[in-house]
Amino acid sequence: MSAEVSSRVRTRPRLTGRRVGGLGITVLTWVVVFLFFFPVLWMIFTSFKTEQAAAQFPPSFITHLSFDRYATVFQRGMGLYLANSAALSILSTVAVMALAIPAAYGLSVRRVGRWQDLLFFFISTKFMPVAASIIPVFLLLRVIGALDNLWALGVLYVGMNLPLAIWMMRSFFAEVPYAVVEAAQIDGASYSRELWRVSLPIVAPGAAAAALICFIFAWNEYFLVNLLTAVVARTTPPFLGSFVDGRGQFLAVLSAASTIAVLPVIIAGWVAQKRLVRGLAMGAVK
Amino acid sequence: MTAVAASDLAETGTGPTINESRMERSERSFARKIVIPAFAVAIIVTQIPFLATIYYSFQNWDLARPEARSFAWFHNYAAVVTNGAFLPALLNTVVIVGSSVIVSLVLGLLLAVLLDRKFPGRAVARTLLITPFLVMPAASALIWKWSLLDANVGMINWAFGLVGIPPVAWNTDFPGMTVVFVLTWQYTPFMMLILLAGLQSQSGEMLEAAQVDGAGPIRIFRTMTLPHLRTYAELAILLGTVLMVQVFDPVNIMTGGAGHSKTLSYLLYERAFIGQQVGEAAAYGVVTVIVTIAVATVALRTLFRVFTEEGGGGR
Repeated sequence: MSAEVSSRVRTRPRLTGRRVGGLGITVLTWVVVFLFFFPVLWMIFTSFKTEQAAAQFPPSFITHLSFDRYATVFQRGMGLYLANSAALSILSTVAVMALAIPAAYGLSVRRVGRWQDLLFFFISTKFMPVAASIIPVFLLLRVIGALDNLWALGVLYVGMNLPLAIWMMRSFFAEVPYAVVEAAQIDGASYSRELWRVSLPIVAPGAAAAALICFIFAWNEYFLVNLLTAVVARTTPPFLGSFVDGRGQFLAVLSAASTIAVLPVIIAGWVAQKRLVRGLAMGAVK
Repeated sequence: MTAVAASDLAETGTGPTINESRMERSERSFARKIVIPAFAVAIIVTQIPFLATIYYSFQNWDLARPEARSFAWFHNYAAVVTNGAFLPALLNTVVIVGSSVIVSLVLGLLLAVLLDRKFPGRAVARTLLITPFLVMPAASALIWKWSLLDANVGMINWAFGLVGIPPVAWNTDFPGMTVVFVLTWQYTPFMMLILLAGLQSQSGEMLEAAQVDGAGPIRIFRTMTLPHLRTYAELAILLGTVLMVQVFDPVNIMTGGAGHSKTLSYLLYERAFIGQQVGEAAAYGVVTVIVTIAVATVALRTLFRVFTEEGGGGR
C-alpha cells in the first residue's frame, strides 16, 4: 500500500457518458475543496484589508489591499512570541528526535527484551490526558520558580511528542532490510555505527517527517503554554487572543497575526504530507 | 495509567524465540542502553505526575489556604459526583466529541472517495484539504469565532443571507455547536487521510474483476470497499476520539465554557486554576483518566491488531 496518490493506476472504461459524469464529480470535488479551504483563504484575504473594510457587512470582496496590518502586528511585539515559539519548537523537536531515534532502533532492529510491552507503554502515555498530570506539574514549577520558563515548557513538550516520534521512527526502522544491518555487522561495524551510519541514513526522509510533525505539534500547542507562562516565555498561540479587542475593530489585524502564526506550520505540513498520515495513525497506516 | 493495559495487551505478542547467545546478550544490553533515556523521560514527565495527582485527589487542599491541608479520604470524589458539575460536563464532552467524530468521519469518507480518483489538480486538492488540520487550533478558534460565525459580520450568516435564511447568533446562542464546527473542520482532514490510505490499499485487480463481472460502482462500494475500510474507520474513530476528548483550546477561546460547551478538561482547568481547589481538581483528573482509559484500551487493542497484522518488525 502506498501513500502516494499517483502510484496507483486504475484503468477505467472510456465511455462518453462516464466522462461527462466524471467532469461533474471533478467540479463537485473542487467545490468541496474550496469550501473546506475557504476559512484559511478568507483569513489571508482579510489580513490585507483595512480594519474598516474587514468589518463591513455585507463583506467587501474588491477593496484596497495592503501590508499595513502586518506592520501593526510586529509593532505590537509579535516578534518576541514568534522567536519563543521557534526556539521552543525547534529545541524540543531536536531533543525528541535525539531520544526517539535510538529508542525506536532499540525497539525494532536491535531489540531490547519485552520490546512490545515498552512500545505499548510509550503509546499509552500519548493517550493519557493532560488532566492526569497538569496539577502536580504546575505546583512543582511554581515551587521551584520555573513558571514562565521556556526550558520547563520544553521538557513537557518532549514528553508530549516522544511517543509519536518513537512510533513513527519504529515503523520506518522496521522497513530497513535486515540484510543491510547484518552486512554492516559482518563488516565489523559496532552497534552504534550500525544505527547512526547505516540505518539512520536509510530512514532519513522518515526522520525528517517525524521531526516536522513534532515541530507542528509543539508550534501549535496552546494549553500548557497558556497555563504555565505569562510574559517572558509566552509563545504565539495565546498571544493571538490579545488582538481581540472589545472596543474596536480588530478583524484585519487578528487575521494578519493568525496568518503569520499558521504559515510556517502549513508549509511544513505540505512538505511532509506524504508521511503525515502515518504519523497521525501512530504508524499503523502506511 | 494505561501501562497495565498495555502490558496486558502485549503479552499476546510473540517474543524472540531464538536461544540467547553471547552476541544476543550484547545486543540486548546495547538495546537497553539506547531505550532507557527515552523511557526515563516518559516516566518522569507522565507517570510520576499522575501518581502525584492520585495522591492530591485524597487531600483537602485549597491553594488560597495552603496551611489547611489534610487527608480527605474520598471526600473529593464524593464532591465530584455530588456537586452537579461533573455529569453535565461528561455529557457535554460526549455530545461535542461524539458529533464531531461522526460528522468529520462522514465528511472525511466523502472527501476520501472524491480524492481516490484521477482528476486535474488532485495533488493540489489534497494539499489544500489537509490544511485545516495544520492550522494552529488557537488561530482556527479565533478566526471561526470572529470572522466566520460572528452574528453581525460573519461569513456564515452572509452565506445564509444569500439563500434567505435569517442571521443566527452562533456565539451567544449555540456555543457548544461552534466548538463542534471548529473540531469538525479541523479533524475532517485527519479522517480523510486515514480513510484515503485505506481506499488506496484496496486491490485494484479485485475491483476490476468485480467490474468485469458486471457489478455497478455503488454495489462495489457497498459490498467491497466499505467492509475493507472498516479497520481504517475504526482506527480513525478511536484516534480521533482520543485526541478530541482532551479538547480545550476552542472551549477556552470561543466560549469560556458557556452554554453546553463546558467539557471535562475545561471543568478541571476551571476548578484547579480559577477555583484553586487542588484536591477536587485532582479528583476530576483521576476520573477523567478513568474515562479515557475505557476509550484508550479499545484504541490500543485496535492499534495492536493492525500492528501485528503488519508484522511489527524488521525481521
